[in-house]
Amino acid sequence: MSFWTRHQIFEKNSIILIVGILAVIAIGGLVEITPLFYLKSTIEVVDGMRPYTPLELTGRNIYVREGCYLCHSQMIRPLRDEVERYGHFSLAAESMYDHPFQWGSKRTGPDLARVGAKYSDDWHVTHLTNPRAIVPQSVMPGYPFLAETEIDADNIADHLRTNRAVGVPYTDDQIANAVADLKAQADPDNPGVDAFSKRYPKAVARNFDGKPGAPTELDALIAYLQMLGTLVDFKLYNEKANLR
Amino acid sequence: MSQASSSKTMTIGESGLSLMFAVTSFLCVVAAAKAVDAPFAFHASLGAAASLAAVFVILNRYFDRPAALPAYEINGRPNYNMGPIKFASVMAMFWGIAGFTVGLLIASQLAWPLLNFDLPWTSFGRLRPLHTSAVIFAFGGNVLIATSFYVVQKTSRVRLAGDLAPWFVVVGYNFFILIAGTGYLLGVTQSKEYAEPEWYADLWLTIVWVTYLLVFLMTLVKRKEPHIFVANWFYLAFILTIAVLHLGNNPALPVSVFGSKSYIAWGGVQDAMFQWWYGHNAVGFFLTAGFLAIMYYFIPKRAERPIYSYRLSIIHFWALIFLYIWAGPHHLHYTALPDWAQTLGMTFSIMLWMPSWGGMINGLMTLSGAWDKLRTDPVLRMLVVSVAFYGMSTFEGPMMSIKVVNSLSHYTDWTIGHVHSGALGWVGFVSFGALYCLVPWLWDRKGLYSLKLVNWHFWIATIGIVLYISAMWVSGILQGLMWRAYTSLGFLEYSFIETVEAMHPFYIIRAAGGALFLIGSLIMAYNLWMTVRVGEAEVQSPVALQPAE
Repeated sequence: MSFWTRHQIFEKNSIILIVGILAVIAIGGLVEITPLFYLKSTIEVVDGMRPYTPLELTGRNIYVREGCYLCHSQMIRPLRDEVERYGHFSLAAESMYDHPFQWGSKRTGPDLARVGAKYSDDWHVTHLTNPRAIVPQSVMPGYPFLAETEIDADNIADHLRTNRAVGVPYTDDQIANAVADLKAQADPDNPGVDAFSKRYPKAVARNFDGKPGAPTELDALIAYLQMLGTLVDFKLYNEKANLR
Repeated sequence: MSQASSSKTMTIGESGLSLMFAVTSFLCVVAAAKAVDAPFAFHASLGAAASLAAVFVILNRYFDRPAALPAYEINGRPNYNMGPIKFASVMAMFWGIAGFTVGLLIASQLAWPLLNFDLPWTSFGRLRPLHTSAVIFAFGGNVLIATSFYVVQKTSRVRLAGDLAPWFVVVGYNFFILIAGTGYLLGVTQSKEYAEPEWYADLWLTIVWVTYLLVFLMTLVKRKEPHIFVANWFYLAFILTIAVLHLGNNPALPVSVFGSKSYIAWGGVQDAMFQWWYGHNAVGFFLTAGFLAIMYYFIPKRAERPIYSYRLSIIHFWALIFLYIWAGPHHLHYTALPDWAQTLGMTFSIMLWMPSWGGMINGLMTLSGAWDKLRTDPVLRMLVVSVAFYGMSTFEGPMMSIKVVNSLSHYTDWTIGHVHSGALGWVGFVSFGALYCLVPWLWDRKGLYSLKLVNWHFWIATIGIVLYISAMWVSGILQGLMWRAYTSLGFLEYSFIETVEAMHPFYIIRAAGGALFLIGSLIMAYNLWMTVRVGEAEVQSPVALQPAE
């Protein structure tokens, strides 16, 4: 019996055909995806990584909501020009707490993986409100409404809890104090700043939008942008430590 | 009269579905009342209203219909179910025009950023997913559902399985589009490219899609032809694989069951791999396998020639679906994804060139002995040019998946150009060709209102595509080269904003190309409308295509 005759079993039986299709399409995905969950070399071990503070997470959710990833990548490739333009190439560990990942696929604007601490808060306030006030040739939309929208902080603890359920190691302490930490980070005079700094080492508490009053979406987004790529200290990072 | 009504009983589908919608409506009202954010309240209210409407329509249909359900056969001929197909065809045209219009708007925003109006719901970041979802899932999806329901009936010589189920699929799918699209505008998004809808829209799509799979499969099971026609293999692979991809990429945990925000189960590098396993196979199975099915029915039918090689279709079918699944990592070259996965992705992407061209050759060579029809039949010309564009983009794709090429092309407009040569040239044209065939068949018309208008549509859209993709090639390669340009002293030559500035003229040309494509589709909508309104009625229904032996 020739191959072509044998193939008729698929052509004449819809159930065998669908089982055949399922088997054929399963292989590629299984081979490429499953090892990423158990191969230790997939995500290198580095010092400095911590979960997002409540304010940064709120800012990240605004970044996600506005679709910033459609024009800005957060993934620096190990190519000479990219490393010189943006900084050290991105490590897998640097997005290990990202649900979802925001590596992006298009650079209509520059990469943001290491934009943190590159510009002042004032720069961001002006730029986000009206990009062309700072960069006349920019094609970025303005986001003046961020400064006018106060953050609804009431259910931020639920956000941390949900993140913990999908694998981000938030502690009970961090979840219990989420609302207080969110307010403290946007207000350097807040009495809770010390406790906040203990829970999130090296996180910066500032009045990001420069305006008095309750934290706004602009505070949150700038807090997120200002920490991007700053967690790993590349002066101390040992490239060889993860070779095995 | 009383006898007739007493013998009429509700089917299990009618009673079950109206009960289910009544319960859904109640749950949606509760959800709307307890909603933690405004978009969720809006969507829950929409769900309540739509469910109530569904109950009313189902009951109304029951009271109006005769005691017996539509017969599967009348006088020994299959009694085909065309209602849901007509609905999906009309929706396809509607969403197509809507999607192309939003595309033109966002293309113009990149040339003239003032068009963002600095409002939340008109900014590029929210409109871009609206554009991609409207053209891929709304326009493309409705074309696929319409044609698959048509082709599976005709080539199986049997009425579509189910009574309400096909209607549930077409209406339910379009309701999903409505929820997803309005969600983007309100800032409800997962921000996973081409998988933006939030968890509740995803759940609803899962129910609709499984029903779609069952309707299609049960129709195949009941078929009167010994062989399953080639196009149906591709449709089946498309429906099944999209279900698998959707489930794999979207498991998410909502922050509150009464809120729109959720966090995806996967994180970082694993999320990236899942995303592009999904993303690339949305291209491979939604935009390729599904539309190849259209090619395999409509080109032979329109050209009145059998498929060029049955054996080639067997080989290229299995090779295509096996290889495509591996290609995802080529979207992640030089990223933090492990090298072995990138290399696998590149290798399989290059191999994919062969089955892709197998399909192209099979489609083009079907015209053997009928090439003269390209002169006289602009619909066939559209179908054939779509296959040529398919061949072009499936050569370009493997080339761009090579790592050195990708290091230049990635993150630039070259990718956008590549996508659009496939989307406008292949998916767009093959869909237009199929709709031009389908509308006269569905509404029993002798032919289209005007072939001359089809000709105008063809040329205007083709010029639009050429403007679009050549502008993106130039801007993409230019920007990639500018990013890596060094001065003789070893400094980066251009600041980022200089490369943005250099894009401006190409963004204007691209918008012009998109405008031409949109104008073409408006001509098409007018032509189809006139075909239905004033077209000459066809007395005899068309004969089904003989399955290949």
